[in-house]
Amino acid sequence: MTDQVLPEKVETTDVDSAIAYLKDKFPSAVSDDTRDGYSGVIVDKNKLVDVARAIRDELGYNYLSSATAVDYHTLGEPDSDMEMVYHAYPITGGGALVFKAQTPRDNPEIPSLVNVWPGADFQEREAYDLMGIRFPGHPNLKRILMWEGFLGHPLRKDWKEAYYEEDHKPFSSRWPSGNVWRAEEKNAYGKNVRYPDDFDLSRLNDVSEESLYEGLGLGVDVQAIEGTMHTDRLVVNMGPHHPSTHGVFRMVITLDGETIDTLEPVMGYLHRNHEKIGERNTYLHNMPFTDRLDYLSSMGNNLGYALAVEQLMALGPRWNPPSYRAEVIRVLMAELTRIVNHLWSIGFLLNDLGAFFTPMLYANNEREKILDFFEGVAGSRLMCNYVRFGGVFQDIPERIHSVQNMVNDRVRDFDSMKFLTELVSERLPRFLDEYEYYLSENEIIKARCINVGVLPPDEAVGYSAAGPLLRGSGIPYDVRRADPYSIYPELDFDIPVGERGDIYDRYTVRIREMRESLRILRQLLPRLEATKGESVAGTNAHTPRVPVGESYGRVENPKGELGFYVVSAGDAKGTQNPWRYHVRAPSFINLTPLGRMSHKQKVADVVTVLGSIDIVLGETDR
Amino acid sequence: MADLNLNELHDTEFPLPEQMHGNVAITSLSKLYNWSRRSSMWPLLFGLACCAIEMIGTAASRFDFSRFGMEVMRATPRQSDLMIVSGTVTKKMVVPIVRLYNQMPEPKYVMAMGACASGGGPFKEGYNVVSGIDKYLPVDVYVPGCPPTPQALLHGLITLQKKIDGQSLANLDDVPWYGVGPSEPTPIPILGPDIIDPRQMDTIRRQAELAALGQPIGLRALPDVPVYKPKPKKAVAAAAVVEEVVVDEEDAARVMELRQAALARKRAYDASKS
Amino acid sequence: MYGKGIMRGLSVTLKHFFQTYVDDLRYGWRKYSPKEDNFEMRQGMAAQGAFTVQYPDEKLAVPERFRFVPFLVVNEDDHPEAPGKDWCTSCGICAKVCPPQCIWIVRSEDPNTGRPIPEPEAFFIDIDICMNCGFCAEFCPFDAIKMDHDYELASYDRTTSHIHDKDHLSKPTSYWNRIAPTRAAEEAEARGGWEHIDVIKERKKAEKAAAKAAKK
Repeated sequence: MTDQVLPEKVETTDVDSAIAYLKDKFPSAVSDDTRDGYSGVIVDKNKLVDVARAIRDELGYNYLSSATAVDYHTLGEPDSDMEMVYHAYPITGGGALVFKAQTPRDNPEIPSLVNVWPGADFQEREAYDLMGIRFPGHPNLKRILMWEGFLGHPLRKDWKEAYYEEDHKPFSSRWPSGNVWRAEEKNAYGKNVRYPDDFDLSRLNDVSEESLYEGLGLGVDVQAIEGTMHTDRLVVNMGPHHPSTHGVFRMVITLDGETIDTLEPVMGYLHRNHEKIGERNTYLHNMPFTDRLDYLSSMGNNLGYALAVEQLMALGPRWNPPSYRAEVIRVLMAELTRIVNHLWSIGFLLNDLGAFFTPMLYANNEREKILDFFEGVAGSRLMCNYVRFGGVFQDIPERIHSVQNMVNDRVRDFDSMKFLTELVSERLPRFLDEYEYYLSENEIIKARCINVGVLPPDEAVGYSAAGPLLRGSGIPYDVRRADPYSIYPELDFDIPVGERGDIYDRYTVRIREMRESLRILRQLLPRLEATKGESVAGTNAHTPRVPVGESYGRVENPKGELGFYVVSAGDAKGTQNPWRYHVRAPSFINLTPLGRMSHKQKVADVVTVLGSIDIVLGETDR
Repeated sequence: MADLNLNELHDTEFPLPEQMHGNVAITSLSKLYNWSRRSSMWPLLFGLACCAIEMIGTAASRFDFSRFGMEVMRATPRQSDLMIVSGTVTKKMVVPIVRLYNQMPEPKYVMAMGACASGGGPFKEGYNVVSGIDKYLPVDVYVPGCPPTPQALLHGLITLQKKIDGQSLANLDDVPWYGVGPSEPTPIPILGPDIIDPRQMDTIRRQAELAALGQPIGLRALPDVPVYKPKPKKAVAAAAVVEEVVVDEEDAARVMELRQAALARKRAYDASKS
Repeated sequence: MYGKGIMRGLSVTLKHFFQTYVDDLRYGWRKYSPKEDNFEMRQGMAAQGAFTVQYPDEKLAVPERFRFVPFLVVNEDDHPEAPGKDWCTSCGICAKVCPPQCIWIVRSEDPNTGRPIPEPEAFFIDIDICMNCGFCAEFCPFDAIKMDHDYELASYDRTTSHIHDKDHLSKPTSYWNRIAPTRAAEEAEARGGWEHIDVIKERKKAEKAAAKAAKK
């Protein structure tokens, strides 16, 4: 275990005194956020960069977890109804310093924080793309999820899509006179499309690719390129259809010979409007949608979302916190999910290295065992939809047995506790031993991974990297310890960290994290036995009352810190839907340093670097 | 090869001596052709979203679709026969998908795996989601589920094999690649202010003309087809949407026709089942 | 020694390769025999070597809580009082909790009075939108909508077969009792009988009334 490496040795102050310090230093620019249910400070946008520097350097809140925009159209003050919300944390652990900058809606403009935190890069581009806020000072303010040339900024409250039906679910056309129709039938094109009223086909121009290259400084002037590119400088597009991009991800790479000069991630190929749909859904509706974020670790996503909403619900009356057994089951599922995810990600990392499918198939065998358990307990292999507000769906059944239904069905029946015990104490440790035995010392893996794709610790913090990527760089930051939730404080486990910050370290961190997860699981088994019979049910209301306010719930998901920023407008709009629902996706933000890590690497290594970040596109693009 | 069952191929009236059963097959050319096509269907190694995980799960050792001659997942469309559209198709992604489809050599098949690829799924209302890949490509088999379990996907693959088994070399609809001339590539959608299907240019033009006359573009009222019984209008909000909409007479008649035809098809289908 | 790690990897692969045959030897022909009850052993915790499910010939039966597209519970066809009656009362809760809003319900109305009747006139589920989350089954107060176990739904045409109407969705109570015996028993216990909750309530009311009458 290495020593804790920190970028700057700053005394961290607690949140209250930090706010007092800021108000003292910038008396005219910083004021308390006094809205009901809100916390933190509101910063004058003209002073934002200075305040952010003070927060980072003087107060020690040097880790920008999340930066997102909220559109308070018709809800807030007219001259400040768009807002950027930043959550900064000290990397040594502790609570968040929330600061906000407001801007009028008709000309939204907020200075960019990229120079303070490079990790704000993609998040600001996302805010520009979906909300239309401009960030002066941002080096490459282009659309990131939608294509350049798309009409409008879809997350604005007054933007309506082609299949728009109503502002809030449940839709009134479904009941009581719900004669079925397909949304296609209402659209003149039979498709989910909508064009501007002054649409001129003669001036139709697909600019999505051109402006992408322009944004990369490559230009579109072919003649100019021909004139200047004498040597073998080459632009290579990897993806969106590529076997090692882990989904529909694309990288535009400029090569100098075989060495990478610049790399620009291009995403949005799986942007399925999670947040827009999430703001239309009720709080409960969003639960199964979170399954589809990081579809390899759905239980962890459920937990993060439940925590965010429970924070708000706890402010209201009649709130029953989850029972102890419910918490134990939640942690059990979260840790099993971590193992599932790491098995998969290491398998695919080795796939990218050229060990085509063998380690992945071995890992998948074990994964299937855990999925069997998920299927028996939650009902589905992948999309578990298991956590509820204040509890879980149902208790773990005594026996997990299947029932003969189809022709040729073969039945299995096993005791769930026995299954779990054997899995945790025998099968998985044995498998991990074997996995490490034949992979960790492999010379090819070492040669390909050590000192490749290095991310130094201070940059990892600056880029807001999270999860194994951050810990591989030697920063022992884990939300389970830094900002504990559920029953993690009473559990005994270590935070593995790497030394060099290269691919091999991320690989070993994952392996050791699986071992730590097994350690946690072994501690959970007696707790499960002891709490047998305790109720685990959550609130039985399908539209729970959620008080006005904001909350940011975060969990340490296998891929890194997963946060949910939820703003509740309460009954202000007559319905119980989140006003803003934002996902701080680790896969998305972890891609920010990809260009930095791939710089001056060989082109063959870029798939490995990407594999070591371990992204899932459902979460990256949302 | 255990798979090679000669009796399975045997398809003729011609009497065959008892002792030659299993050794000699007298078959029709179509059957032989179908058998070889369906037994070596190489899927495109191509995953979109959540369903791709289940697709890989199906390819892995527990469910193992190499038992059906599909073990070689090819990363290049040039070498693959089957495109499993495994997940949500977004407007940004449909452009490469159509391009990939055009690059696949014939015979080629498309399978829509999961609710999203079939009809948009839970994300249907999203602004960047294509509600069903069949809006752009011809789909051979739909596999419902969100996500379909590996067994459901295997069932879909077997269903596709059955479809191929039913085809005939004599029918050009079944084997269009033996027709005259090269087959037409599917036009590649354009990313304008929204995605544009080149095949719909005329509709777009007509709608733009309507818009020039001051009518909103793109929306269409649903003709009130009395499927069950005419209801007193209780669905207030739905009615509000309909109010703003221009009723294009011609269009309405066409939609009415289509709906009636769909209804008739559905009734016929139900009748055939019972 | 350089190359030792690679040799280790190869030895493990080789071990896995032979494991399959060791397993075959251990179980002999019983391993794939359809008659022997060997499936649990091959798919269980102690399984080594190949554990492929030979899908169309042997299917992995799904556990009780498994959820695929929903179905509606109706009375048996030979039910003495109300054969084939829907359990659904068209209260609309499933349509409200459905996250992607794939449930359409037409509530029945009395043609004379115009008052609603607790029975759906039409019920549709668009399985191209359904996300198999199971909320409808979880929140249904009448145990009338349940998640099916039939996943073999692949079809050639979605326009005709992917909107399930009431006829398609309705399945008898015995089907639900068969695919989820434990859950069905729990629900029956909570209701106080195997009948629909309204029937039980009516019966209890009648019993109470009868007892009252008897007292008088």
